[in-house]
Amino acid sequence: MRGADHSTPTLREMNIESVPQERNATLGRQRKVVYARDTDGRMVIAASRGWEVEEIVTSHAVGVLHAQAVAARERVAAGLTSPLEFWMYERRMDIPLLAQTSGFWQWRVKRHLRPARFARLSRKQLERYAQALGLSSAALQKLP
Amino acid sequence: MNFQHQHAAHCESGVIASLLRHHGVPMTESLAFGLSAGLSFAYLPFIKINGQPLIAYRSLPRSIIKGLIAPLGARFRFETFATPEAGQRRLDALLSSGQIVGLQASVYWLPYFPPDMRFHFNAHNLLVYGKEGDDYLVSDPVFEEPMRCASSDLARARFAKGALAPKGLLYYPTSIARHQVEPAAVRAAIRKNCRAMLPPVPIAGVRGMRLLANKVQRLPVDNPASASFLGNIVRMQEEIGTGGAGFRFIYAAFLQEAATLAELPVLTEFAERLTTIGDNWRVLALKTARMIKGREPMDPPAIATRLREQADHEEIFFRDLKLAAR
Repeated sequence: MRGADHSTPTLREMNIESVPQERNATLGRQRKVVYARDTDGRMVIAASRGWEVEEIVTSHAVGVLHAQAVAARERVAAGLTSPLEFWMYERRMDIPLLAQTSGFWQWRVKRHLRPARFARLSRKQLERYAQALGLSSAALQKLP
Repeated sequence: MNFQHQHAAHCESGVIASLLRHHGVPMTESLAFGLSAGLSFAYLPFIKINGQPLIAYRSLPRSIIKGLIAPLGARFRFETFATPEAGQRRLDALLSSGQIVGLQASVYWLPYFPPDMRFHFNAHNLLVYGKEGDDYLVSDPVFEEPMRCASSDLARARFAKGALAPKGLLYYPTSIARHQVEPAAVRAAIRKNCRAMLPPVPIAGVRGMRLLANKVQRLPVDNPASASFLGNIVRMQEEIGTGGAGFRFIYAAFLQEAATLAELPVLTEFAERLTTIGDNWRVLALKTARMIKGREPMDPPAIATRLREQADHEEIFFRDLKLAAR
C-alpha cells in the first residue's frame, strides 16, 4: 500500500517518447493511433500498443457483460429462464437492444425470456430472434 | 487500383481524410476533424447503450463528412438500402467502376475487430477499395494494415439494427470544387466549434460536463454500477479511437495546422493550451481507472471535482479561442 494521499496520480505529458506501449490484451496485438508532441512541439501521429487505463475500463465493461451471460447460463440450467436470455447476453446485448434488433416490443422480449413462453414460440418468431442474434434457430434453443 | 491505406485515430475523420486524399485533396485526419468542427462534449442521460448513458467527446455521427462539404465545395452521394442484397449489388457496381466507397457499419459484426472491442456501436466508418473472390478489401483507418471481410459478414455489419442503424449507408464524392482550404473557412470552423462547446443547452459543451459532474457527485460508493458508469466515461474518452484525451489532442493538431492555413500564428499557443487541458483529461482517466481497479478508494466526488475543473478550463479556453478566430 502506498501513501494515503491519492489525490494526483503521476502521469507524464503526452510527448512522443511517453506514448504508452503497454501491450493491452484488449487490443489483440493491434496498434492504435494517438496524437503526441514531437521534440519540436508539433502534435503528430504515433502508434500505441495500448495504455493500461484503457485496458482496465474495457476489460471491466466486457467482464460485466460476461458475468451476465454466465449468470444467465446457470439460470437456464436451473430451468429459471430460457436460452434466449443467455444468448442475448452472450451477444453483448440487453433487453432494449434485443427488442430493437428483433423488432419485438420490450415487454414481449421479457415475456419470451420465461421458459414456458419461450417453448411456445412459433418457428417464425424463433427465426426473428435467431436472425437478430446471428444464430441458427436450432442453436438458439439450447446452450452451447 | 492505386489506393493508399492510412492509419488514423478515429474512424470517421480517418475515412474522410483517406477518401479526399485519394481524390487529390491534401487532407489530414486532424484537418478534417477541425474543419468540420468535430470537437464536442455531450452527456445524454436519456439515451442508454448497454445500460450506460451516451457520452460523446465529438459531434454527431456523419457530421465530420458533412462538415467538409461546404469548405471544399464538394458533392457527396449518400445511399441507403432497403435490403442487404440491394446494398451489396450497389457496392459491387461502384467498386467495379473504380470507386473507393465509404461505409457505415456495426463494430460488433466485423470479425477483424479484436473480440474485446466488439460492442454494438452502429456508427463505425470504413472504406472498401476492392473485392477478391468473396472478400472485400477493407481500409479501416483504426487498423494499421488493410483488412479483409467476407461478404456475408460485411452485409450483416452494414445492416445491423438498433440505435444509429446504418441501413447499408454508403458514400463517395461526386465532385470537389476546391482542393485548397480558404483561411476564412478555417476561421469559421473554429468559431463554429467554440459555439458548440459554449452552447445555451445544459447537456452539451462545458455545461454538459458540469451536468455529468453533478451526476458523478451523487454516485453511491458501494454500488458496483458506479464503476460501470465511471468506466463508460473513460472508455468514450480514451478507448474508442479518440487519439487520446477525448479528441482534444487531434484538435490541438488541427489548431497547429490552422495557424498556417488561417494566417493566425496565435493558434499555435492555443494548441499548446489545449494539449495541457488534454493531459489533464488523461490524469482524470488514470485516476478513474485506479478506482475501478481498486488501487485507490472509490471516490466519485473527487472525479466530479476534476470534471468541473476541466469544464472551467475549457470554458475559458473556448471563449478566448472564439475571440482569436474572428
